[in-house]
Amino acid sequence: KLAGKLNPSYSALDKPTPYKDATSYNNFYEFGTDKSEPAMYAGTLKTHPWTVSIEGEVKKPVTLDLDSLLKLAPLEERVYRLRCVEGWSMVIPWVGYSFSELMKKVEPTSNAKYVEFISLADKKQMPGVGSRVLDWPYTEGLRIDEAAHPLALLTLGMYGEVLPNQNGAPVRMVLPWKYGFKSAKSIVKIRFVREQPRTSWNLSAPNEYGFYSNVNPEVDHPRWSQASERRIGEDGFLARKRKTLMFNGYADVAPLYAGMDLKKFY
Amino acid sequence: MALQLTARQLGWLKGVLFVLALLPLARMVVLTVTGQLVEPLEFITRGTGDWTLYLLTITLAITPVRRLTGWNWLIKLRRMAGLYVFFYGLLHFLTFLWFDHFFDVQEMWKDVLKRPFITVGFIAFVLLIPLAVTSTNGMMRRLGGKAWQRLHQLIYVIAPLAVLHFWWMKAGKHLLGQPILFGVILGGLLLFRLKGKLGKAPRLA
Repeated sequence: KLAGKLNPSYSALDKPTPYKDATSYNNFYEFGTDKSEPAMYAGTLKTHPWTVSIEGEVKKPVTLDLDSLLKLAPLEERVYRLRCVEGWSMVIPWVGYSFSELMKKVEPTSNAKYVEFISLADKKQMPGVGSRVLDWPYTEGLRIDEAAHPLALLTLGMYGEVLPNQNGAPVRMVLPWKYGFKSAKSIVKIRFVREQPRTSWNLSAPNEYGFYSNVNPEVDHPRWSQASERRIGEDGFLARKRKTLMFNGYADVAPLYAGMDLKKFY
Repeated sequence: MALQLTARQLGWLKGVLFVLALLPLARMVVLTVTGQLVEPLEFITRGTGDWTLYLLTITLAITPVRRLTGWNWLIKLRRMAGLYVFFYGLLHFLTFLWFDHFFDVQEMWKDVLKRPFITVGFIAFVLLIPLAVTSTNGMMRRLGGKAWQRLHQLIYVIAPLAVLHFWWMKAGKHLLGQPILFGVILGGLLLFRLKGKLGKAPRLA
């Protein structure tokens, strides 16, 4: 129900993960901490009407409803690898457009150094928001040049459909070179800011989750290695885990981090 | 007025419990082979770990419950319970060795030495081995009651290590409800023994 024109230059050749797996094995703590809980409980999320307010260091702050978001730029389909910080991965055909299209519309000022993404946190619709796992609302952030990179996808659909609730409906980010949690779901507010924003997982466990959280096989999570991963639905019992690639294989983004010690800025 | 069981009833009970303790494993196998799990490996790793801890708690509860109720036959079930702790602990370890490291023992050692959360889990598992090995009547006789009992007090080291392993695993997400629950239950069961030891009854089981 939501088609995009395939963008082959941003599409991985990996075999897409079965739709059933991608929609029943989710980390979306607003609906519970078990992987199966988002699929069970996200039905209560009301995605219509929905607005995203874009504010902060921009010349043209605006509040957009879903229709305006859908019409803001031509929708593309991009098949991205998704690497979770927990050591598993999927391959998902997303529908959306580069976040830079939105930036063009709101015109960030020269003071805008970072972008902050804020997700919905409504206890009535999201049973997990009562838990103490994280400080709500879920907040994520990017440096402005990361946000402007064409790979950063403002996402409205997947597998040719509108986003299922458990996958972050109705609008989310997808940043394929970063661990999955960096891609905020069910976004209600986007702020352009001067200072590096505090992000939910970094606040919760700063030694485990850094601001950048780029996929990096050389920097371990304190409790497990990040050198390899298991591809959901594809790598079975008899398969050795596959090697994780630097930036999840998206070498395009390397110049963003030139000169940075990625062990320090993990 | 304590409940007594005949040898025959006890035999039946043992058989039933033997089968019951296999059900969690059977469930993991069935869900896996029928393709109902998106990520069976995660499910099995967690499931075997959880059941090791459940059975450890049950094993350690036998003596206190026996003393409180006078159901002395409970002691006859303890060896089986303890061996099931080892069984699920072994499966948990094998899951880690197989799926995390694909039997690359050198890689496994790196992980064990580098990550405290794995280190304590590994030590807890290794300490279970001598207990499982000396669980037979023959070994008990060969060691002598005193030495055997002292050796099996290792479980008082193993239990806190197991809880610590679980605690660290959950700590990253601040989901400490379950580790606290197990810590309190196991702490209570250990305190009960300490109390027994300090009081006039010197027997410790």
